Amino acid sequence: MKSITKQKPLEEIEQQLEGLERAYIIGCGTCTTMTKTGGREEVLAMKESLQGLGKIVTGWTVIPTACDDMTEAHLKENEGSIHNSDCLLVMSCALGVQKTGSYNSKPVIPAVDTLFIGIEDEPGHFHEVCDQCGHCVLGYTAGICPITACNKGLLNGPCGGTNNGKCEIDKEKDCAWTLIYKRLKEQNRLDLMRKYQPPRNSQVVPRPRLTRVS
Amino acid sequence: MAQSLKEALNSGKFVITSEIGPPKGTNIEGMRHHIELLVDKVDGLNVTDHQSSVMRFPSIGGCIEIKEHGGEPILQMTCRDRNQMALQADLLFSYTRGIRNVLCLTGDSIVVGDHKEAKGVFELDSVQLLKAIRHMESGKDLGGNDLDGAVEFCAGAIVTPEANPIEPQLIKFEKKIEAGAEFIQTQAIYDLDNFAKFMDYARKFQVKILAGIVLLVSARMAKYMNANVPGIFVPQNLIEELEAAPKGEALNTGIAIAGRMIAALKKDAICDGVHIMAIGKEEVVPDILAAAGINGSGA
Repeated sequence: MKSITKQKPLEEIEQQLEGLERAYIIGCGTCTTMTKTGGREEVLAMKESLQGLGKIVTGWTVIPTACDDMTEAHLKENEGSIHNSDCLLVMSCALGVQKTGSYNSKPVIPAVDTLFIGIEDEPGHFHEVCDQCGHCVLGYTAGICPITACNKGLLNGPCGGTNNGKCEIDKEKDCAWTLIYKRLKEQNRLDLMRKYQPPRNSQVVPRPRLTRVS
Repeated sequence: MAQSLKEALNSGKFVITSEIGPPKGTNIEGMRHHIELLVDKVDGLNVTDHQSSVMRFPSIGGCIEIKEHGGEPILQMTCRDRNQMALQADLLFSYTRGIRNVLCLTGDSIVVGDHKEAKGVFELDSVQLLKAIRHMESGKDLGGNDLDGAVEFCAGAIVTPEANPIEPQLIKFEKKIEAGAEFIQTQAIYDLDNFAKFMDYARKFQVKILAGIVLLVSARMAKYMNANVPGIFVPQNLIEELEAAPKGEALNTGIAIAGRMIAALKKDAICDGVHIMAIGKEEVVPDILAAAGINGSGA
């Protein structure tokens, strides 16, 4: 799983830090390192930026995987400089922001926006692959997810906005249903596309979603 | 009261529908004027539903105006802005106001419109909305609960006969008919030979087909649509005809083209009728009908 993030504008980070003069910066060695939004280099650049805004950086760290349980131990190791700060500026996805917040009473401030779960196509280019909708239809759609790959998340075929295999929102973007159609046709399984798909259950697991796997 | 759209579709006559675009704001004088102008000349008047994802006065409001003018409204309903509860509620309300026709559409993407940060809903799609209507006619809502008073609609949908590739669109067309579409209004067509080929296929199904006629107002518009509007193809000879029009006469040429196409479709009974879209130029729809040799509603 890769959580795709993008850094917030410095202006927004500054707004969130209003009244918080001393910050401790936390990066993540997993997803935000890969997306270059919260790895070591970005943490150091953020340190410079905050100092440029007149803030005091009491310390920084890059937690190997900010969303797992080791985060607690990691924060303990850095207790001293965290104690001296007014807040934690977290450069991980929202999972890490919430995890660090749960182990610490200091305000946690996100430095990045969490966008989606995605795959890297080429360096710096990511695309969303799963909406975690709770009811997987890939078995009917030739392994291409219409919930994420179609702008409208349609289940019964393409809309009228598709043109030459592209999407109405962007002439460069492939129409998900044209891709699904082509692949099903190759597999001689077009009957799957002719089958009526009922509306999705939006409450497979009501929000906030909880589950026990085993 | 004139006959209903359903009666018109089943009468075997060449059916004429057109459309009204509601205003952005509360000044509905222009829309009212268009309704007054067209209400007696067509068998049904669509009212667009935030067309191109541009927020406007609601389709239901326009349909009620048409009813108040003694006309036959066709409620365009997209799945873009409402979840299944809101869609059902609007269907119940529409029915109580005498609206009997619904055109079921998926709806354009939010990002092509004027509220680019809004949330697109798309909980249902056009096929599922058609099914929902048929389900509500059985006296139940989508939650499986009894309705105290059911609905009954003449439900329709759209198809793009010039889409490329065409097969995925045709699969969906067939799903719409299976889901309960009684009539189909097509995306604009300009190549009558191509359209006749589509009709050879479409005639296999129990559904009435109204060919989409979009008024061309200039060669520029035709070229723009060719480049930018999915599934619209204006042949070069029509573009040249518009270009050859004397200054200030392109609109009249467009009216003549539309009239000529309608007359040809009617003469050879290629389809069951036409749906005239004179986007922003509704006042010339009577001229298009006159050019087609049609007076009054499809007579």
